[in-house]
Amino acid sequence: MLAAAKMIHSLFLVNASGDIFLEKHWKSVVSRSVCDYFFEALERATEPENVPPVIPTPHHFLINVLRHRIYFVAVIQSEVPPLFVIEFLHRVVDTFQDYFGVCSEAAIKDNVVVVYELLEEMLDNGFPLATESNILKELIKPPTILRTVVNTITGSTNVGEQLPTGQLSVVPWRRTGVKYTNNEAYFDVVEEIDAIIDKSGSTITAEIQGVIDACVKLTGMPDLTLSFMNPRLLDDVSFHPCVRFKRWEAERILSFIPPDGNFRLLSYHVSSQNLVAIPVYVKHNISFREGSSQGRFELTLGPKQTMGKAVESVLVSSQLPRGVLNANLSPSQGTYTFDPVTKLLSWDVGKINPQKLPSLKGSVSLQTGASKPDENPTINIQFKIQQLAISGLKVNRLDMYGEKYKPFKGIKYMTKAGKFQVRT
Amino acid sequence: VSAAPSAFSDEKGGSASEPEYGHDPASGGIFSSDYKRHDDLKEMLDSNKDSLKLEAMKRIVADPNQLIRASALRVLSSIRVTIIVPIMMLAIKEAASDMSPYVRKTAAHAIPKLHSLDPEQKDQLIEVIEKLLADKTTLVAGSVVMAFEEVCPDRIDLIHKNYRKLCNLLIDVEEWGQVVIINMLTRYARTQFLNPNINESLLEENSEKAFYASDDEEEEDKKAEPATLAKRKPYVMDPDHRLLLRNTKPLLQSRNAAVVMAVAQLYFHLAPKAEVGIIAKALVRLMRSHSEVQYVVLQNVATMSIKRRGMFEPYLKSFYIRSTDPTQIKVLKLEVLTNLANETNISTILREFQTYIKSMDKDFVAASIQAIGRCATNIGEVRDTCLNGLVQLLSNRDELVVAESVVVIKKLLQMQPEQHSDIIKHMAKLIDNIQVPMARASILWLIGEYCEHVPKIAPDVLRKMAKSFTNEEDIVKLQIINLAAKLYLTNSKQSKLLTQYVLNLAKYDQNYDIRDRARFIRQLIVPTDKSGALSKYAKKLFLALKPAPVLESPFKDRDHFQLGSLSHLLNAKAAGYQELPNWPESAPDPSVRNVEIPDWSKCSSRKDRKEKKVEKPFYSDSEGESGPTESADSESDSGSGSASASGSDESGSGSESEESGEETESDEEEEDEEEEKKKRKKLDKTKAKKQCIINFDQFDMNKITSVFSQTLAPSGSIKMYELLHRIKGEGLAVEYCFSRQPFSPEPNMVAVQIQFTNNTNSETKNLHIEDPRLQSGMRIREFAEIDVLAAGESVTVVMGIDFCDSTQAANFQLCTHTRKFFVSIQPPVGELMTPAFLTENDFKKEQGKLMGMNEILEKLTLGEKCVNEHVIVERVTATANLSRVPCGSDKECRFAGKTVSSGCLVLVTVTTKEGGGAQLTVNCEKMLIGTMLVKDILQALSQ
Repeated sequence: MLAAAKMIHSLFLVNASGDIFLEKHWKSVVSRSVCDYFFEALERATEPENVPPVIPTPHHFLINVLRHRIYFVAVIQSEVPPLFVIEFLHRVVDTFQDYFGVCSEAAIKDNVVVVYELLEEMLDNGFPLATESNILKELIKPPTILRTVVNTITGSTNVGEQLPTGQLSVVPWRRTGVKYTNNEAYFDVVEEIDAIIDKSGSTITAEIQGVIDACVKLTGMPDLTLSFMNPRLLDDVSFHPCVRFKRWEAERILSFIPPDGNFRLLSYHVSSQNLVAIPVYVKHNISFREGSSQGRFELTLGPKQTMGKAVESVLVSSQLPRGVLNANLSPSQGTYTFDPVTKLLSWDVGKINPQKLPSLKGSVSLQTGASKPDENPTINIQFKIQQLAISGLKVNRLDMYGEKYKPFKGIKYMTKAGKFQVRT
Repeated sequence: VSAAPSAFSDEKGGSASEPEYGHDPASGGIFSSDYKRHDDLKEMLDSNKDSLKLEAMKRIVADPNQLIRASALRVLSSIRVTIIVPIMMLAIKEAASDMSPYVRKTAAHAIPKLHSLDPEQKDQLIEVIEKLLADKTTLVAGSVVMAFEEVCPDRIDLIHKNYRKLCNLLIDVEEWGQVVIINMLTRYARTQFLNPNINESLLEENSEKAFYASDDEEEEDKKAEPATLAKRKPYVMDPDHRLLLRNTKPLLQSRNAAVVMAVAQLYFHLAPKAEVGIIAKALVRLMRSHSEVQYVVLQNVATMSIKRRGMFEPYLKSFYIRSTDPTQIKVLKLEVLTNLANETNISTILREFQTYIKSMDKDFVAASIQAIGRCATNIGEVRDTCLNGLVQLLSNRDELVVAESVVVIKKLLQMQPEQHSDIIKHMAKLIDNIQVPMARASILWLIGEYCEHVPKIAPDVLRKMAKSFTNEEDIVKLQIINLAAKLYLTNSKQSKLLTQYVLNLAKYDQNYDIRDRARFIRQLIVPTDKSGALSKYAKKLFLALKPAPVLESPFKDRDHFQLGSLSHLLNAKAAGYQELPNWPESAPDPSVRNVEIPDWSKCSSRKDRKEKKVEKPFYSDSEGESGPTESADSESDSGSGSASASGSDESGSGSESEESGEETESDEEEEDEEEEKKKRKKLDKTKAKKQCIINFDQFDMNKITSVFSQTLAPSGSIKMYELLHRIKGEGLAVEYCFSRQPFSPEPNMVAVQIQFTNNTNSETKNLHIEDPRLQSGMRIREFAEIDVLAAGESVTVVMGIDFCDSTQAANFQLCTHTRKFFVSIQPPVGELMTPAFLTENDFKKEQGKLMGMNEILEKLTLGEKCVNEHVIVERVTATANLSRVPCGSDKECRFAGKTVSSGCLVLVTVTTKEGGGAQLTVNCEKMLIGTMLVKDILQALSQ
């Protein structure tokens, strides 16, 4: 027999303690022992995220992704683009999350029947079949408490009674016959700042990555257009398949028939030529002295270029050097924790008050006799700024065609820290 | 007979001998789901009578509901029992002619299943694949190409007739199908088209060689050179090749990383060098994704960045490393940074590397040190700086850091040992403290190799080593013997006894390699009467000048694997990998891809037809039937491939909507475009009428270079200017034009395409630019030198000039191996801008900002030929590189652009009045540009 080429042969789900708790085979059964190669790699890796995504074994290839502390290990027999499998596995996780609210071992075990039903529909003979959440939801209803109870009593399943039409419609991402009493469309413009700030406070690199997440609950087949005041800010974009590409190219307008419910309309990158505003600054003084078992630790945070908005939900974390035994610090606001095992310091600051800047001061004790650490820790900062898109992106208007009613429309802006690092 | 009952329960589980099947409760999920509603069928299926079961299957295959038919086929094809093969074959054939595209898609999915069950069926299955490849619905395309790839990937001939259709459908195919189709088309294109970089490949290799040159590569080049030279002639891209590049480009915007990667590899393997750059941005975007995606993308970027360094240079900072990155990502980023390092950015990169060395992640620190070593070997200017930095690391507290530094320093010193005897001395001192075997071995090797530079220290080190010999690791022992031998040869007086002592110790070592080495060396260096002729040459053997090691990227030459593939990632051929073919020497016949027109128009008629014949498999019988009326109304579309393509897209999806009764989604925006295209097409109509066959060749290349320019470029061909007359240039004629393409290496430069033609009887060599004399602020990016231009040949290159938004000429000398010519390029004002895309509202808003001094109004009388809007648009866009702005009024034409260098907006409005009068308005912040532009447009319109 030929080396039957199919894309994804089997899938194993492995939890954090290294147990296989679910397996699914799309064709013949591959023995669990194939996962031994994965476990070997897992052992070799110092950190959970350092397991190589592609592991060759004598007869198979294992491609895995790690999400929510679960490894999704796909077994491949022959050449296939690795990203194809990786992207698919992430899509599986997204679907589970969509169905069960969370994607945890417990949730998967609780909904094991639905999980198998989903996997069966998502792949046919190893090739992706229905991965669009709207179509899946028509085929297999997401579990609700009521339905679970009814199913237990009547012995029925979550499999839809209606035949799905989605796959056959011209807009495969939207089911037909959607009805709502309150028609509403909400758009969240969320921007994340990725930055590396050097010791002296100057920006080494800073970029803005944004997304527009939508929650659209509209009756019928609405056709929406969303335009921006300043579309040229968007340097690089990627779209949900519903967006008409040609229209964007010609007019810089987003025109689309939305999927029903939550979806990501657009991700974008703001051109790096524009100077990125950095909303917070950090003053730091972290020093260890040779021969002394004490080190000095001082951090002060302050707002900077925030366009008059408050910086909230600030969380500072830092991996202190291995030689640090304990930290004895006092925050001017918020709380801090230091884990002596992982050496992770985290300080939950809350809101930054420009009049009274939050600070964290004190000393860290070092292992006696140990030499002074070579390196100073990097500081990671998380924050949120409501009602602000830091790039200055503004939605101009949202129009609906194709349906008669007047929908309720809402747009929200938010700026967050992405990978925001300060080197000290 | 008894095999079948178990077959149903085993449908997903394979043979019954595998007990673990029970772990899979939902196997047959579809089965239970769809047949719950058809209890009678289910009963028949569950019954143990075989014939009854097959009967049931047959019935299902004929069910009026398409979803039932599809599911039935899915179940049937999952039965892995050979007895069922004929029935499966029958069902697949039936389904392949089903009227529902969904069922046909399922048929395509069933093909690989049957093929793996019974490879004997291959020929019949290929027939089905051939039939399904002709399908025009997006739903089927991805699945059938997947079947093609699994069953008969070498039957490239099946693709010819469907090539253009696949290109045109691509954007509407579901994302997984897109990946499969793009990968297949990459291979196809490699067999059918010519290498677009054929003229540049030589130059490119020469210029890139500075970095990763290896001897054998050079040799290959030498062999290849005469061959390529002989063949070199002006390269013209096959329009089908262009079609593929154009239609895949929008998919770089896909949300699916696999699709983006597929397009990126297609561009890398197929696009002209100047165009490959566009993929960099999309790949960099993927780096924001999950870490597994990052890992795969970085592997591919690492390979690409060796071949096309310039592409990723603008994104250097995106590869900077964060302390929170997983180690495997850090190491890959480091690899990319090292590949991107050159003379201009090395100082920034080294500064960045310095912070990495302080990281807590020691594996990463080791990799950073190696990276510094590679930068130092590749870029001579920084070698000393790097060496000094590394020497400082020798006093680092972490032993691993020191060890790694020693290894790297050893490699660097080998390049120029004489200047660095103090470093060698410093390293000799380290031997007392450093314990890492590899580092100790490296130090010993260094001292031995350069013992003449440290004549006093070397014997002392040997003395210490002789003391500790028995406790050393094997690699260290070998190096001790080595050191002893070298010292014996150069300084036998001091080291004779020590050497003998060491050799005696080695003689009784447990490791036979060491015993062996000791025996060998003793024979070689200690002359006895028995020792052969070889010992005379001992000194030459041991102290021969050794070539410095080349520190090269592990990703070098990985691009012989198709990028994005599993094999590329593993750097080993995986089962089922299809080699990426080499470009053909000469292009195969392009006419094989020509398709008769009725094929295109048939789609649009299908909607009417399906109402009449629902049950019939309409694919087979509608083939020859398309009536003359249908082709008549599609006539106007037939002129251009792209227009007919979008036409078929829409009608294609329309035909899928049979059951749901959906109307085709109304795309107003496409209508607009369509209209534009139609207008343009009228010009070509005369040509189009001549041929019934879609022939892309009739189109000017420049018009189809990109999705945008297609609608923007004036239909007249681009004007050529003379740079050097044939007589003045002594047989060398040079012409140039403004290609209106973005100049990818520097976006604020104007791309100037230059064509050299050698009219002499001999070769012209070393064509290049020298001594540019430019106004202050102006910059010029020269084309890479053309080595040889054979007699009678011509070649086209692209250079970039930043005119600083002025019409000042760029003066420079054009040099050949014998002569220099003074030439100058002066741009018309209209070429100093690029199209800008504005909406009507934006246009008005921007216009409002540019009033007063920035607005120039001029009345004019339109020329005789400016009868309609179309001609006006054409004249204006021919004069200036502007794009049309949509406009509600038919009395007004609006255009927008921005200047290439500084990005100032240029807005042009032409308002026509009754009786041939018109008013021209230009709004531009740069008044000089505005004034000149008004003059040019006035002239163009009043002709």
